Parts: sequence; C-alpha cells; structure tokens
Amino acid sequence: MASVSLKNVSKTFGTYEVIRSIDLEIEDGEFVVFVGPSGCGKSTLLRLIAGLVPVSGGDVFIGGDQVTDVPASKRGLAFVFQSYALYPHMNVARNISFALETARLGKDEIRRRVARVADMLKIGHLLERRPRQLSGGQRQRVAIGRALVGQPEVFLFDEPLSNLDADLRMEMRFEIAKLHADVKTTMIYVTHDQTEAMTLADRIVILNHGQIEQVGRPRELYDRPENRFVAGFLGSPRMNFAALEATGPAVPVLRGPGGFAYAAEYVAAEGRPAEIGLRPEALKLVGADTKGAIRGTFERMEDLGYEYVCYVRLTDTLVWTVRSTGSPPQIAPGDPAGLSWQPENLYLFGEDGRRIDHRASVPLALGASS
Amino acid sequence: MTVSVATTRRYSNATYRTLRRVKTAGLYAGVAAVLVYMLFPYYWAIVSSTKTGQALYQFTLLPALDFSNYRQLFDNPVFMGALVNSGVVALVSTAISLVIGILAAYALGRLHFPPGRIVLIAVLMISVFPQVVVLSGMFEVIGWLGLYNRPSALIVSYLILTLPFTTWILTSFIRDLPNELEEAALIDGCSRLRILTHVLLPLMGPAIASTGLLSFILAWNEFLFALTFILTDENRTVPVAIGLLTGSSRYEYPFGQIMAASVTVTLPLLVLVLIFQRKIVAGLTSGAVKG
Repeated sequence: MASVSLKNVSKTFGTYEVIRSIDLEIEDGEFVVFVGPSGCGKSTLLRLIAGLVPVSGGDVFIGGDQVTDVPASKRGLAFVFQSYALYPHMNVARNISFALETARLGKDEIRRRVARVADMLKIGHLLERRPRQLSGGQRQRVAIGRALVGQPEVFLFDEPLSNLDADLRMEMRFEIAKLHADVKTTMIYVTHDQTEAMTLADRIVILNHGQIEQVGRPRELYDRPENRFVAGFLGSPRMNFAALEATGPAVPVLRGPGGFAYAAEYVAAEGRPAEIGLRPEALKLVGADTKGAIRGTFERMEDLGYEYVCYVRLTDTLVWTVRSTGSPPQIAPGDPAGLSWQPENLYLFGEDGRRIDHRASVPLALGASS
Repeated sequence: MTVSVATTRRYSNATYRTLRRVKTAGLYAGVAAVLVYMLFPYYWAIVSSTKTGQALYQFTLLPALDFSNYRQLFDNPVFMGALVNSGVVALVSTAISLVIGILAAYALGRLHFPPGRIVLIAVLMISVFPQVVVLSGMFEVIGWLGLYNRPSALIVSYLILTLPFTTWILTSFIRDLPNELEEAALIDGCSRLRILTHVLLPLMGPAIASTGLLSFILAWNEFLFALTFILTDENRTVPVAIGLLTGSSRYEYPFGQIMAASVTVTLPLLVLVLIFQRKIVAGLTSGAVKG
C-alpha cells in the first residue's frame, strides 16, 4: 500500500498540452476517481502515474519515493485496461500468472498465488479457458485477477466498466467497491461516468482540459462545486443555467429569462454574478402566476416510473429541466408553467465561471417583475 | 391521398425473385469464367507434360497420361540439384526476411522515433525499383562479398525483393494490434523483446504466414538474379534450370519436359499455399486480435 503524489506534472504531445502542471496528493488506501469529459486527459494522467507514458515535466511519487523515471513494471502497481487487454493466446491461468512468470517466480509459488486469486474472484472454473471464450464480466474478473496477483501497492483502473452492459456494470461496480474494502489498497480509477465516480470514490478529481477543476468528496463536489464546470458536470440531468444581465442604475438588478430578477447589492463584494444555476431536483413546477416564480412554457414530460422529468422552455434557446418524484402533474404541452425554488438552492457564477457564495439567509428579490 | 415513395415504383414480388435468381446465376457464371481463365494455363501445362514427340503438336484437351517426360526429368541430376538449391534458397531467404522484417516492423510500428516514417518510406521506395535497375549494382556487391556463383548470393540478393514488403505488411499488422496489450505486458514486467516474442508474435501468425508465403513464392520463382549471379549448372535454381533445359539434339526444343518441370515446380507452392491458407483464414476468423 502506498500514497501517490504528483508534483507539477505536465505532458505535451508535440505542441498539444494534454496535462497542464497538475499537483495532487492521494493518500494511502484511498479510492480516488478521475472523471471528466472525453479528451480531458484523465487516461493520460493515469498512464503518467503508471509510467506507460513518460512525463514532460514534474515528478511522480509513489509511497514517498520518487518514481518519475522508474519503468512501469517496477512501480509496484497494477493496471486494469478498458479493453481488459487479456492476452488472447493464453488461457486464463497463464494470463494471470504471466507477470509472475516474467519475474521468474517458482512454479509452486505461481500456482498458489493464481489459485488464491481465482478463489477470491470466483473464476477457478475458468482457468483453462481462452479469453475469447469468456463473457464480458468474466473477462473483467480475469483482468482484475491479473492485477491482484502481483500484490500491487496501487491499483489503476482505466474505464474498466465501459465495455459492459448496464446490469453487469452495476454488479461489477459493486464488486470493485467490495474489492477495495477487502484489500484496502490505494486505487485510482478513471471514468467518464459520473455515477461510477459518485458511488465509488472517497475523493473525486474532476479534470477538464488537462487541469484539475476540483478535488473533493463526492457530496462536497455535488453540493459545493467551485465553478460552473463542476456544477454542470456532476448531476443528471445536468444543472440548469441561465445568463444574467444587469439593469437599473440605482440598485443594480440582475435579470434573467422567464422574469427572473435578483437584487445584486448583496453579492457585489464578491463580484457580479453572470449566471445562475439550479439543479433539476431543486426546481418545483408551479402555476404560471405564482408569486416569486419564473414563467415558461411546459414542453414535455418524461415519466420514468418512480420519478419524472419535465422540460420547461424559458426562451427560444433555453429549456430547463425539472425532476421530481411522485405523481406527474396534469399539464399539457404548450401550457404556461411557473418554476420556483428554495433560495438556498440557487447557485451563482461569476464572469470567470467561479461560484459566488451568497448568503442563503438573504431574501432574494425574486419575482415576475416586468 | 398520397402514395409513399417506396410503393410507387415497385415491381411484383415474382419479378424481384427472378431478378435475384438471375443475379445469382450471373455471379456463378462470372466466377466460373475467372476460374477457367486462371486455371487453364496450368491445366494446359499438365496436358502437354504428358505428351511426347508429335503428340505435342495435336490439340487435345485430355492428358495422354504418358509420364516419360517426368521420368526423364527426375533422372536429370541438374534439375534435381536445382530443386534442392531452390528450396534452400527460398527457405533461407524467407526465414531471414521474416526475422529482420518482424524486428523492423516492431520498431517501425510501435516504437515512436521520429525518423521511423522516413525509414518506412525509404523501404517502400526500394520496393518500387525494377530489378533491372538494381542488377548491375547488386552484381558488384555480390562480387565484393565473394559470393559469385554461390546460392548464398541469391539469398542475399533476394532480401532486397522480399524484405521491403515483409516489413511493410508486418508493420501495418503490428500497428493494428491493440496498444493496451503491449501496455499490459509492460506492466507485467516484459522487456521489449519479450513483448515481441511472447505477446505479439503469437498473435501475428496470420500475417507471418501470408508474408512468409509471398516471400517464399517470390524467391522460388525469381529468374533474373538467379541467371546473373550463378554460373555453373550445379548451383542453379529451378526457374533458370528450366529455361536451360536441352533436348536430345540441339535442334529439338524439349517442350514436354519443360512443361513437366513447370508442373513439378508448382506443386510445392500449391502444397504450401493449401497448408498456410487454412492458417491464414483461421487466424482471420478467430478474432484473436480482440482482447
């Protein structure tokens, strides 16, 4: 078991900066998930830690030791690949034991270790099979077995569940969480799936354009995103946003779509909010003339059984989603609708995208002012 | 009432059925025509090889089943020696070009070093030179190496023909193998050589079989170098030996024997193709590359 730490790590391919000076401390035994949109550099960052890709700058430490120039196999880590990367011409047992064979371990030792891993992952009956004779879930288990057998100090997962269908993905997610609880090894897990990130992680690292947007516990990131990107990335359906513009010379009032109005004096110290954000579940569908609600046109409802999602058009280009449980409202497409929310659920973002802390206790001047 | 586009221009079901049958029949007719065109010369050689004397000048489609040409051929020590020479030369040059080709392909396909592209283009350039252009220069090289009139001269000179396409095909094949497989092997502690021998090579069977086969055929059939670099009968390879076959008198052209020799020389190739063709097809369909 070991901690992992990145100091000012960067990577460029040609002139393209994939990773821009990242600093990150991962504690011993922690489960950290790298998440971000495709092309954000999360897989590259994982390969930099693994030593499969050399860094362009900065240093990598594992267990306190500088390993920046140590080859991948000597870093004491295991890697589970997206495509599993099982050796197609070897049976399961040899796939698992190949690293031990390469390290010239004794035959008995190899057999004992393979048996223990196979037992742990319940793949003992598959040992003689070739990878192509296995189902997706079984291949996944073998890949994890291959990672486990070397008794690594750090586990690296590169989108390990993205090739599985939904049911199996849930099952394997559970298994990986259990594995971490059992072996308590440091794990770094890359995914683009926020559900995996939220459910598995001790801490989530949100990456965008090769930079860390925010690091924190899942709940923390969800409740207190530092910026617009994090706020928009976590949550499904995603957070509703709307731009604000300033009007009124005396008391600056910010106006948004649907009759949104906000007295800006309270937050002036922290900069002018340029955008508001509201999570779909923070919104409530109310009558169009309810006081304090913003107005829009009801467009469509998706009933998912235990919850429903409504789409309300605020302007020609802006549709907000509302998510709620219970029985769906009786409202027809094209009808006017109102949206209301509790003041503490409103997020404000500045020009630069950073979240502006507003005091939830301050009553918001909110309403259908014309 | 509007009529959908799909139903406005539609023939009856029977018409489409007939059309499909006509297409199938046409396909088979086409395949048959191509097959006849491809196989007739070889069949003609077989027919001719079983005829002697005046029978050669009569048109018959059925073989005469007179094997005296073959008997004469197998009693000819020069021809039998040439067969052995050809086999050795083709096998050794194929083996060498495969070994070098695989190593080069791994370097060019996987290890990213800037001049790799230039090397690959240079390799392609070499293979576009006609043999005649290389011939005189090659003759000098063979002279310097002291290999003139030795079968090893052919092995060396055939590399210039086989190595470029071997390298080229294997490079593109290695590039298509999933990168993660190699990364997995690196994590497992493999050296580059061990990755090549234990992970990539077992997966390259189909590519090695096809390039090896092509290279063998090329070396087996090569004429120009074999004619130029070999002086004496006992060192000749088969294509030249056939060209220099003589009849019982200097005025007789030993057409029957030449045909018999041609048929004999093609047989090993046919056997090889049949053996490896199954391997190539098996390799392609097993989905071995997918992890």
